[in-house]
Amino acid sequence: MKKLNYIIGLSALIILSAGCKKDLNRTPTNAITADVAYNTPAGYKQVLAKMYGGFALTGNGGPDASVGDVAGIDQGSSDFLRLFWNLQELTTDEAAIVWNDPGLQDFHVMNWTSTNIMIRGLYSRSMYHITACNEFIRESAEAKLSSRNITGTEADNIRHYQAEARFLRAYEYWVLLDLFGNPPFVTENDPIGKFIPSQIKRADLFTYIESELKAIEPLLVDAKQNEYGRADKAAANALLARLYLNAEVYTGQARYTEAITAAQKVISSGYTLNPKYANLFLGDNNVNNPETILALNYDGVNSQTYGGTTYLINAAISAALDPKTFGVPNGGWSGMRATKNLPLLFADYSGATDKRAMFAAGSIEMNDITVYTDGLAVTKFKNITSTGTIPASANGVYASTDFPLFRLAEMYLVYAEAVKRGGTGAEGQAITYLNLLRTRAYGNASGNITSYTLNDVLDERGRELYWEGFRRSDLIRYGRFTGDNYLWPWKGGAKAGKGVEAFRVLYPLPSTDIIANPNLVQNAGY
Amino acid sequence: MKKLYLKLTLLLVFIFTALCVHAQTGSISGQVLDETGLPLPGATVSAGDKATITNTDGKYTLTGLPAGSISVSVRFVGYQVLQQVVTVSGDTKFNASLKPSSTGLNEVVVIGYGTVQKKNLTGAVSTVTSKDFQKGSITTPEQLIAGKVPGISITSNGGSPGSGSVIRVRGGASLSASNDPLIVIDGVPLSNNSISGASNPLSLINPNDIETFTVLKDASATAIYGSRASNGVILITTKKGTSGAPKFNFSTQLSAYKVGKKLDVLSPSAFRDYVNTNGSAAQIAMLGTENTDWQDKIYQTSLGTDNNLSVAGTYKAIPFRISGGYLRQVGVLVTDKLQRTTGSITINPKLFDNHLKIDVNLKGALTESRFANQGAIGSAVSFDPTQPVYVKNSFGNYYEWANTSSDGSVIPNPNAPRNPIALLAQRSDNSQVKRSCGNAQFDYSMHFLPELHANLNLGYDISNGKGTTYVPANAAQSFAVQGLDNNYQQNISNKVGEFYLNYIKDLKGINSNINVTAGYGYYDFLTKIFYYPSYNANHVVVAGSEPAFAFDKPQTTLISYYGRAIYTFNNKYILAGSVRTDGSSRFAPENRWGVFPSAAFTWRINQENFLKESKTISDLKLRLSYGVTGQQDGIPYYSYLPTYALSVAAAKYQLGDTFYGMYAPQAYDKSIKWEQTATYNAGMDFGLFDGRVNGSVDVYFKKTKDLLNNIPIPLGSNFSNTITTNVGNIENKGVEFAINGALVKSSSFSWDAGFNFTYNGNKITRLTNVENPTYPGVLTGGISGGTGNTVQINSVGYNTYSYYLYKQVYDAAGKPKEGIYEDLNGDNIINEKDLYRFQSAVPKYILGFSTQLSYKKWSLSTVLRANLGNYVYNNVKANIGVTRNLLNPAGFLGNVSTEIFKSGFDNNQYLSDYYVENGSFLRMDNLGLSYNAGKIFGPTSKVGLRLNANCQNVFIVTKYSGLDPEISSGIDNNFYPRPRTFVLGVNLDF
Repeated sequence: MKKLNYIIGLSALIILSAGCKKDLNRTPTNAITADVAYNTPAGYKQVLAKMYGGFALTGNGGPDASVGDVAGIDQGSSDFLRLFWNLQELTTDEAAIVWNDPGLQDFHVMNWTSTNIMIRGLYSRSMYHITACNEFIRESAEAKLSSRNITGTEADNIRHYQAEARFLRAYEYWVLLDLFGNPPFVTENDPIGKFIPSQIKRADLFTYIESELKAIEPLLVDAKQNEYGRADKAAANALLARLYLNAEVYTGQARYTEAITAAQKVISSGYTLNPKYANLFLGDNNVNNPETILALNYDGVNSQTYGGTTYLINAAISAALDPKTFGVPNGGWSGMRATKNLPLLFADYSGATDKRAMFAAGSIEMNDITVYTDGLAVTKFKNITSTGTIPASANGVYASTDFPLFRLAEMYLVYAEAVKRGGTGAEGQAITYLNLLRTRAYGNASGNITSYTLNDVLDERGRELYWEGFRRSDLIRYGRFTGDNYLWPWKGGAKAGKGVEAFRVLYPLPSTDIIANPNLVQNAGY
Repeated sequence: MKKLYLKLTLLLVFIFTALCVHAQTGSISGQVLDETGLPLPGATVSAGDKATITNTDGKYTLTGLPAGSISVSVRFVGYQVLQQVVTVSGDTKFNASLKPSSTGLNEVVVIGYGTVQKKNLTGAVSTVTSKDFQKGSITTPEQLIAGKVPGISITSNGGSPGSGSVIRVRGGASLSASNDPLIVIDGVPLSNNSISGASNPLSLINPNDIETFTVLKDASATAIYGSRASNGVILITTKKGTSGAPKFNFSTQLSAYKVGKKLDVLSPSAFRDYVNTNGSAAQIAMLGTENTDWQDKIYQTSLGTDNNLSVAGTYKAIPFRISGGYLRQVGVLVTDKLQRTTGSITINPKLFDNHLKIDVNLKGALTESRFANQGAIGSAVSFDPTQPVYVKNSFGNYYEWANTSSDGSVIPNPNAPRNPIALLAQRSDNSQVKRSCGNAQFDYSMHFLPELHANLNLGYDISNGKGTTYVPANAAQSFAVQGLDNNYQQNISNKVGEFYLNYIKDLKGINSNINVTAGYGYYDFLTKIFYYPSYNANHVVVAGSEPAFAFDKPQTTLISYYGRAIYTFNNKYILAGSVRTDGSSRFAPENRWGVFPSAAFTWRINQENFLKESKTISDLKLRLSYGVTGQQDGIPYYSYLPTYALSVAAAKYQLGDTFYGMYAPQAYDKSIKWEQTATYNAGMDFGLFDGRVNGSVDVYFKKTKDLLNNIPIPLGSNFSNTITTNVGNIENKGVEFAINGALVKSSSFSWDAGFNFTYNGNKITRLTNVENPTYPGVLTGGISGGTGNTVQINSVGYNTYSYYLYKQVYDAAGKPKEGIYEDLNGDNIINEKDLYRFQSAVPKYILGFSTQLSYKKWSLSTVLRANLGNYVYNNVKANIGVTRNLLNPAGFLGNVSTEIFKSGFDNNQYLSDYYVENGSFLRMDNLGLSYNAGKIFGPTSKVGLRLNANCQNVFIVTKYSGLDPEISSGIDNNFYPRPRTFVLGVNLDF
């Protein structure tokens, strides 16, 4: 009897403890599963916001979170634009930086290695973004829509979202194509988890991006018909134009005629130049701006970051330069400034004749790369509006200025360069386009040209597009990035500049991914 | 969970009410007394196959005995066993008087789910009881045993009142998950989660309520705690009720705290000279006219008091203890303050003829803190000494570096340090934390089978932490957001339910003893974090700070089954084995359950015939053990689940005219599971001269596999570039040695001393899925200076936290050449391929020495500790040991370390090995003198008085050039100095 009781007791214990096992299925309070996130069209829109916001912001936790979307890098410098800008501009004559952050000084002296944190940062950001886009593309497949009972206009909207996610993915692959050449390659058909992506060759990646952009063009909203901040047909064509202009670098095959065709498609979509060049880079450039085709959107309250235009504005000025007049009263980080080559592209860099020249105090010579006042400050980006007010900001540092990823002026310049490089187009039309830019810059026709050389286009790009993330690609296309045929202060680590090895036209794949992914072969030279 | 409690309780009631008691003829009864003639409750009296336990009056009755001679034995832990033959005839009286055991071998040691006598311990276990605790002003419990136990290092996080410590048992077993040991108070395992508003969750336990610390180190001791045991287990036993009339104890302490040493920075005159000689006209014009020693201004000599009143005794046969404590400590950093009120109640009744023992422990604490703005420490060393503290201005009249805008507005220079006094005075950071924890433990010895115990332990640990932070709108420190007026709140509710059966049986026929335990545990950890927007000083919501959710409720649950068997043969050979299986809510169902076994063999060599008669060797024991433990702390709660997270209000994205909260897919690892540590241990315990000298030696080897490690993953395979997953191995090996002795023992003079030594060496043996010799490792050890600079690395083949820096080149005179490093790979380029690994922040050797001299009523004691082989990166020097910091190009002047005259560096060279210094040290932790006045109102009075005086942090001997090398991270960046403390205390018994 006693033993029986004992056995009953023990059995009861085992039974009730087994009942508690379901307590091991704990789920988070605020995070949700994919099926919940995509349960409504509004949910799709919020994931779409991440597909775009993955460019502009560092992560879901805002600027004060300890980590963002990508790890292994200071959160505040982990957004797309800050990293892309550093890799495209600090390595050129357009900018050098003062700070001591790890790896940062290696860019201007062209001394970077595969363990550089910023290089890893951009590569990780782009691959993260691609992986997130793949997920969205999977979740917006037709079968998923019908299983979630989303039909009609709502389903059509999501089909547009899906095309836009494919555009964003193509854009990130273009970034990898341009800077890294041969990245890993994943699409919506690859799994998440224990999986090792394969590597794609640069020429094959070019073909993939080209085919994607062509495939989504009909699926995207017509030019200028989409919401602000979202990609349309013109964005796809603008990226195609950029892709074809550099095709010879990417694949060895020139595609200049296609570049002209794509650029012309954008030009004839109804965009016009913003009458005032300076207004393109102000705090209210999201309104009354007929020129920008697609922008990264920032907001001093709702989309805060220490990267993006907050970085471009604050790091370009010092506290002594009266930050309030730049719309960042509590900012001024004394970071980067131009080498003399940039102001000297202008015959008069005071800004009195060519108004695109926007420089401030500093000595034009750069004796010491780590002294902020050695070199001219660039005051192109500001967080004030065209009427002189300062947009709302959480701390007087975060900017609301949007960053143009594509704008009409670039298409004019693509057209002009492609014509000069042998593409089928009209040189007279090219001169007209260039003069449109120069007339705006001078405020009158005094700067207009009647003929131009291929080299003139590079210089015009320098004057028109400086600090907008083009310079490294441009110098490579013109064969001036490496080697010693074109020098700037501190190129290669010498004050007067010196040549560097040709392998530096590509960045190394980060050593972290080479180790994690045995399918990858490092770029030559690293 | 409530249902579980109910069911377990019912079950227990069910079991013992179903039993009946047999009656037989012939009995023995009597009383058991201790050496002073007081009754001994809880002693075991056995005769033949009958046994019982004495009641609270020390009385017992053994019935059902056959008439005639029978051997009676009386046992009580810590006492010599009394054996006597008694002739039973009817109701026979037999009183016994026990003598304390001199060797301490019969002392009972708490182990996981039970107790054993010290002589029968199979694991590497160290115990420190209250008489050996560190004395003086001890605010937080772990500091009681600093330097007292081999194999454990306790490094306080600084001198702030109530600040916590980094506790490492045998160096820790993890890299990026937790290295904190499991702490169990009165059988209730605590969570290591921090409590909002408390700098250290342990500071809510009053050290005065603690009786014993038991540190479990090898797997034989810890494996019964399974998945939470890899970093060692610390069992804390609080003081319990006592027998007899209630006795009161009152103790009070008054402490004074003072900063010992300040950093060497330029004096105002040296500073002026430097600026006048080297500065530009504009910089000379910035010089002020004052002479301000900023470090003097931010530190104060502060006072603290600690008062405790307790009463312990027996009321209506129920032993109890009630205590209350009030502590108030003002920090040496101006505005730092801690106030703590604690209370505890313990009752320990025994029912049903002592068959049911109940222990109820309830503890409550209320702390109120004001946290000083520790940014002032760095600011004070780098602020211009020629500027005044106060000046008429718009920043609350504190001098600040500022720029005037074109529109006339004055804005603080964003790159300059802020006025240290303003940082302290203008920030008010207050918190209030309430914590209550407790448990009720029922131990029932079956009436029909007294050897079988059923033990039910129900525990809880709840806390509420909340606080506010206020900075006025005009303060320069939060100028950009116009001040702060923030609040925060968090609730924690942790529950524990455990039930085990324990069966102990002497099998006389085969000269054996078995001790078998099997049990079940349920542990639930629930936190509720409230989210609030940020407010500025005018209580206007800071734009973009509105929380996306009102709260979060992270919860994790652990369910366990465990068992242990100890088999003792002939009192000489002990075989022990345990196994625990844990299921954790942190892992996917297929990886949820882990099994953690252990096995141990112990040989009590002194029981062999050749040593039995030895006069010299009173104890000699060999212990061998092996076991596997786990580690899951530090793993995110839900990382195996694919989820989407919503962005905060500051991270919305504009599409069209609307800002959308972003839903982002989160990286996840479906196959995440425990870290597993296999530990091999060989140990020897010895006692000489009848236990006057005793000690132990242990050697161990620990191998952790499936290390939770945040590693780079193949890009494109998940929603991040790194993931925390199980990859990597680490090895720890070490030697521990402890010896304690009563060197002199006479009626008026005694001298006790204890020494312990620890060596721990670790090595990372694997870090990646794919072996790759070119992988440098995981950068770690972030410093202040630059953004994202690190100075340490975890690499395969090296110590954890090895330094990873450039090798400085020196000139012929031994002066470092600025920015010149050795080209270690010889490629004529200095880049990160030339970084090299050397030394580590982790000490290789830890030594502790305690001694106490007593002469009549006086006693003098001291504790010394030493760490050897630990290196420190002097981040303060790296930051302010450069002239650039003095003539700062960002438009202000800043003070610098006198280091500038040694290195002469102009710019920060953060990655130079020049700044890594040997941090080995010897510290006198404590020097104390006490006077036991005894019964001050005559020998018959009950009032006893003791007086004591202590000095803590007496001195430190080190080559390190900074303030204090004892920094667990190895990075000295404006460390909150540990004050020197002077304590006077009075202790009254009545």
